[in-house]
Amino acid sequence: MREIIEIPIYDVKPSRVTVLKTQGITIDRELPRKIEALFNRAMELFIEFSHPKGIISEISIPEFESIYTGEGLNEKRTPLDDIFREAGNLAIFAVTLGDRLSQKIDELFKANELALGSMLDSVASDGVEKAADIVEYHFLKLLSKKGEINASTGILRYSPGYCGWHMSGQKKLFEFLHPEDIGITLLGSYLMKPLKSISGVIVSGEKEIHNFEDSYPFCSQCKTHSCRDRIRGLFRESGHNNKEVIA
Amino acid sequence: MDILNKIRESLQSGNDEKVRALTKEAIEERITPKEILDEGLIYGMDIIGKKYKAHEIFLPDVLLAATAMYAGMDLLRPMFIQEGIPIIGKVVIGTVQGDLHDIGKNLVGIMLKGAGFEVINLGNNVSPLKFIQTAKKENATVIGMSALLTTTMPVMKNVMDLLREEGLIGKIKIIIGGAPVSEEYAKEIGADAYGYDSVNAVETVKELIKNSKKFV
Repeated sequence: MREIIEIPIYDVKPSRVTVLKTQGITIDRELPRKIEALFNRAMELFIEFSHPKGIISEISIPEFESIYTGEGLNEKRTPLDDIFREAGNLAIFAVTLGDRLSQKIDELFKANELALGSMLDSVASDGVEKAADIVEYHFLKLLSKKGEINASTGILRYSPGYCGWHMSGQKKLFEFLHPEDIGITLLGSYLMKPLKSISGVIVSGEKEIHNFEDSYPFCSQCKTHSCRDRIRGLFRESGHNNKEVIA
Repeated sequence: MDILNKIRESLQSGNDEKVRALTKEAIEERITPKEILDEGLIYGMDIIGKKYKAHEIFLPDVLLAATAMYAGMDLLRPMFIQEGIPIIGKVVIGTVQGDLHDIGKNLVGIMLKGAGFEVINLGNNVSPLKFIQTAKKENATVIGMSALLTTTMPVMKNVMDLLREEGLIGKIKIIIGGAPVSEEYAKEIGADAYGYDSVNAVETVKELIKNSKKFV
């Protein structure tokens, strides 16, 4: 299975809390009116200029092993190295918000509309994560139709450039998936263009396979430790909504 | 309230139209451009920088103030050129080759301008040669480089190598920054400084300028 997914823009809902947090704002009091107005305008521009699209392809464990190995630059031990070998199902994916949005952000900065440009950038960063959530959910539904999802199934995505999987892994991922078909190209530095794009592998298996300690050598350099929230979310009752899909 | 104070206040509230009008008024009142800049615009941005550092205001407040500052600067710039008034320093900034991340580097540029520096922003995907050539052509004292990827960080070292080949080490100061960059990495490649955020970068560049030797 290889599929291009047109994602309706109104399904992509950037989180107000996350966007404001990126701007250094934690909402423990009423937001100043001018910042509220900036956020609202950035959301309007996001809807006007984004064109979210995804591409997904199922892949076997041996096929993914070759992609994961990439150019041989991964850390010696990584969480994903263990996780994907125990997966029930794997899919590689890429998702983008399109080039117009990046251009709009650039234009705003060039026109000295700095606050709006920065806010739109934060909205777009969370927006592309939400678009990736939709592709992940699409895979979940697909597996559900095949009867391969149950209450103990956990689905999470992993991307090159994180948790010891070297960015150069993008090269083989692109060779296999061809995200060029949705307008994403890969630069020599393995950076994707448009900038607001995400690629990686979606791993479906027993929830427990995703559970790892953040004690790898490279974890000490990580500034977010966002893996903790992702893993916790998987085990929370209200976490990954398998029940809705199974029902 | 005198007009320079009004400029500071309007700048801090991010009112670009008012800053533009007040700057025009100050020029008409024959206040010198240098005084308008130092005592009005830069003074106001300095307060903004301090408030931001103390977490009293948010990033959008800083950026709205910066836009207001630019509104005033646009009126003053031609007068500075005409009168040949020296600036406190010239900084060339850019995101290194292979990297397209602009926002953090732009913030540094905004804060540097707010502190009175002339900033030449080369954008993103900037080759080592372009950094050096521009700095030489513009007689800049500092080059600021940003990288957001571990795969593009090595370009910073390439710039240092080129700087060494051209005999410009110590003559042009180098400051680096970006998510994967660290103080240790700056030392490793021989850069003069590491800026961990936009406010810190401005303070560090001020120090670098103070200690730098001009090259011609």
